[in-house]
This record gives sequence, structure tokens and C-alpha cells, in this order.
Amino acid sequence: MTVERFRPDLALIASLIPAGSRVLDLGCGNGDLMALLQGKGCTGTGVDVDPERVLACLRRGVDVIELDLDTQLGEFADDSYDFVVLSRTLQTVHKPRAVLTEMGRIALHSVVSMPNFAHWRNRFRLLRGRMPMSKDLPYRWYDTPNLHHTSLPDLEPLFAMLGMVVERRIPLDADGHPHRLGNFAANLAASSSLYLLHTER
Amino acid sequence: MIPEGSVGVVETQTVRLFDDGLTTRSGIVLPEVQVAYETYGTLNEARSNAIYICHALTGDAHAAGYHAGDDRPGWWDNIIGPGRAIDTDTWFVVCSNILGGCQGTTGPASINPATGEPYGTDFPLLDMTDFVEVHRGLARHLGITKFAAAVGGSLGGMQVLQWALDHPEDLGRALVFAASSRLTAQNIAFSAVGRQAIMRDSGFNEGKFLTRGTAPRKGLSVARMLAHITYLSEHAFQEKFGRSAQRGELAGNFGIDFAVESYLEYQGERFLSRFDALSYLYLTRVMDYFDPFADARALDTLKADPVRFLLVSFTSDWRFSTEHTRRIVRHLEEARIPTSFREIQSTWGHDSFLLDLPDYHATVRAYLDKAAEEIA
Repeated sequence: MTVERFRPDLALIASLIPAGSRVLDLGCGNGDLMALLQGKGCTGTGVDVDPERVLACLRRGVDVIELDLDTQLGEFADDSYDFVVLSRTLQTVHKPRAVLTEMGRIALHSVVSMPNFAHWRNRFRLLRGRMPMSKDLPYRWYDTPNLHHTSLPDLEPLFAMLGMVVERRIPLDADGHPHRLGNFAANLAASSSLYLLHTER
Repeated sequence: MIPEGSVGVVETQTVRLFDDGLTTRSGIVLPEVQVAYETYGTLNEARSNAIYICHALTGDAHAAGYHAGDDRPGWWDNIIGPGRAIDTDTWFVVCSNILGGCQGTTGPASINPATGEPYGTDFPLLDMTDFVEVHRGLARHLGITKFAAAVGGSLGGMQVLQWALDHPEDLGRALVFAASSRLTAQNIAFSAVGRQAIMRDSGFNEGKFLTRGTAPRKGLSVARMLAHITYLSEHAFQEKFGRSAQRGELAGNFGIDFAVESYLEYQGERFLSRFDALSYLYLTRVMDYFDPFADARALDTLKADPVRFLLVSFTSDWRFSTEHTRRIVRHLEEARIPTSFREIQSTWGHDSFLLDLPDYHATVRAYLDKAAEEIA
């Protein structure tokens, strides 16, 4: 199984998680990330609610638990995982603050990625009087799973408020690769951003 | 005419196990144990492709295929067979009647060799672990040291859970459907009323009815009628019967006037021909007392040698609701046991686990396909 078959940001997330970790992947989709992580000796569980995706996980040997991120994360015990991953999903939950709080309870370490609404292309579209659409925000306003939009300077204070310390911020380009400008002018340049966090205990 | 996808004509076999006696959890020794079982498919050379099916309260060894001359297949025929979710082209499937039952395995109606008469209420109170020990005895007889999976719904799922907790080395995977790790007060209440119906029947004769030529037929059929209500959802009853009359139009009497009354009567009557009242008491009581996680060390053995779990619940099951399954998931998760869980949409209630629901069977198939890949 080669890394190239997966979304580039998933490979990046996998590289941030030490071998042997126990990982909970919220919004795990087809189980691509968990499969990558299993390849490096990690264990863990995916969470999703889409029947097709859940079946795909089971078929490939990725354990998956069907539950609602907004209301049922209480099913997982305190510190029952080493890492919780929420990849491109925070913008789709009803209560991002509650979900992040639960993540901090379930594991010490978190990886969170989210589209950047303040990316320069989005700003241009708004200046032209149109709603932003991009590879990271591909949906029409009336047909989108995304409930929340944020810029990076508006996202990071939420982490701080919840006692989640940013260890690394990795701005990504539209293809999910680390942006070649790194953290330079990230709020303008990054199409989305990936955060490695730990929660203060 | 055998339909396509069926394992075909099958026979129940019987074997005598535990020549040195079986010490039950209660400490009482059963000098011998007969076990009725069936198998489907072919055991491979490595003896690695076996799946054990644990049946529910009133099930038996006849899970799939047809007994000669029968026009109804075994109780879980829709999931077991060539090409079905538990695919007998891949798997060697074993199903046995549980200890304390009345379908060929030793139970309270069996003859006690010490007296030459039926055990009756001298039969020891049983425990979930006793069922598991007898399954393991049959496994030894069949020369199978490890099952790729054990599968069961309701009481069957409870046996699978107990088996994985006590002897994880025996199992690769545990598939637990519509089960519980601890009955609620309401569950026990239903169970108690069923037993009272049996024990208050004048034919019960303090449990000595087998030697006194009576039988608590009214009580057993009422127990079955009551239990049957808990196996279906309100929607299922409404969909099947609504308020329709049994004979054209409602007559206004205390007899069987509504169609649903006739259905329950039929279920109760049919049950009498295949079930023993004492077995019903013994088996329901095992469920009442089952509470494996009450022991703080219950998961220690499993933690040291994890079995992979798939748990499934059904949205309209009000006997063992999704919360029962979630409780098992929470315990397994906290112990870091590899666990998958799905709640399947179904309007049919507890009996959903016996039905051919596409999403449910696709889940079982996906999970076992991966298991098949691992043993190949």
C-alpha cells in the first residue's frame, strides 16, 4: 500500500503521529488514514455515520464505530486514546467548541485541519461579490456540509480558550501539501491549515 | 425443492461429551452431557475456517438448510449458506443446542442417570459460562482449537461475549448482535412474568410434571405470547395486524377477535410442540443473572489476548435497545479491545437480528470477508 494513493494531507497527518499510537479518527471516511496508520504499527478506531464508508472500513479491517460527533463523543472514556484526529471535519459539526472539548478529554494529543476562509482566492471572490469556492470549499452555499467558516486568526484563539496548545501549525496548499511559503502570510496563502495540538491537563 | 443459496438437506447430530462429568458453575456435576449440533460447509486442512453460531433463547442446532421432508429451513438460514453473508463456500459453520435446552442437548427434561428419571428442578442452575464450556467441549470433539469467529444474536450474543472474555484464545472475532451485558429491571420483569405463568399453572406440579404426567401448557404458551410481544416493535405489530378482525369483522367478545390475538395464540400453541417449560425457566434465568462486567477484572484475560469485536444493534429494538450494545462497546473500548459498532435502521424490533436486512447482512459480510482474507 503506497502513500501516493491517499490524500497528501493524510500522509502528512500520519507522519505527525508516532508509531504505535492509539488513534481515534473522527470522520474517518473510507478509513484511508487509519489504514495508513496501521501500516506504521498504530491501532485505533474510526468514527463515521455514512453506511457505505462504514462498510468500506470494515471490509479493509479498519475498526469503525458509528456515532454522531455532536452528541455521542461521551461514549469514549477519558484518555482512552493517544491521538484524536479531526481532518477537514470541524467545519461540519454543529458545535465545534463542544467537539474540541471532547477531543481534549479523550486524548492528550489532537490533529485538526480546517479550510481557511481567508485564503486570498476566497477574499478575491468575496471582493467580486461572490461566495468563496475552491478545492477546499468546493460546495455551493445551498448544498454544503460545511456549517462554519473561519480564518486562521479566528480559529486559533478557540484552541487557546479550550486549553489546547498549538505545537505545530502547518499551512497547506490547495492540494493538501505543506505550503511552500510555510507559515509566512499563512492566513493569506494557506488554503487550509493543519494543527498539531496538545491539551493542558 | 431446495432454493438456491441454501446449504441443502442437513441432519442434526448428537455426541456425548464430558465422560468425566461437567462441573457446572454452581459446583454441581452433570455426569454426562449430550450435545446436538449441525455443521455446514467444509473444514479446511488447517482447521482455521470454522465459525461457531450461538443461538438465542428458544433456538436450536438447526440454524440452516432443511431437515428431510421439512418445507421450512433452519432459524438463521437467510444468513448462512453458499454466497450468503456467512458464506459456507468459505466457512465451516457449527451450531449447537445449548446446555439446559430441549432440542437434543442435555437439559432439565433429560434423564438423570443417578435416578433414571428426568432431572426436573434437580437440574443445576446454569450460568453463561456453562454454555461456553459445552461449546468448547464440542470444539474439542470436532478437533477445532480456534474459531475464526463466534456469532450470535440476543442470548447468542451474550454467549459470544462470555466466550471472548473467558477464552479469547479460542476466537479470532466475536460478532454480537442485539445483545446485552446486563438485563434491565424491565427485561427481568418480563422474564419473571413469563416464569410465573409457568410456575402458577396447575400442571407445573412443583416442577415434577414430567414424572407426574402433567404439563404447564397454558403457562408456557402465555410466557411465549408475552415474550413474543417484546421481540417485535409496536410498528411491526401495527404493520402486520393493525386493528383488523380475525374473522371478517369484529364481533365483540372475550375470545380471539382481533387478528393480533390469533397470531399470539398461534405462537403460543406452536411453541408447546417444541419447547420444554423447565428449559424456559432455566435459560431465562441465566439471562437475568448475566452481568459479566460487574467483575472489575472481567476484561483482564481478553486484554492480554484481544479478540476483534463487531457489535450491531437495531434502532427499533426495545428489548435490548442500542443502549445495551453501547454499554458493551464502552467496556470493550475502554479496555482497548479492537471494536466496531453499527446501529442498523430497522422497524422490526428485537427480531431484526433474524431478518434479511440488506445493510445488516452487508455489514456481517464485509467483516467476515476481511477475516477470510486473513486465514487464506
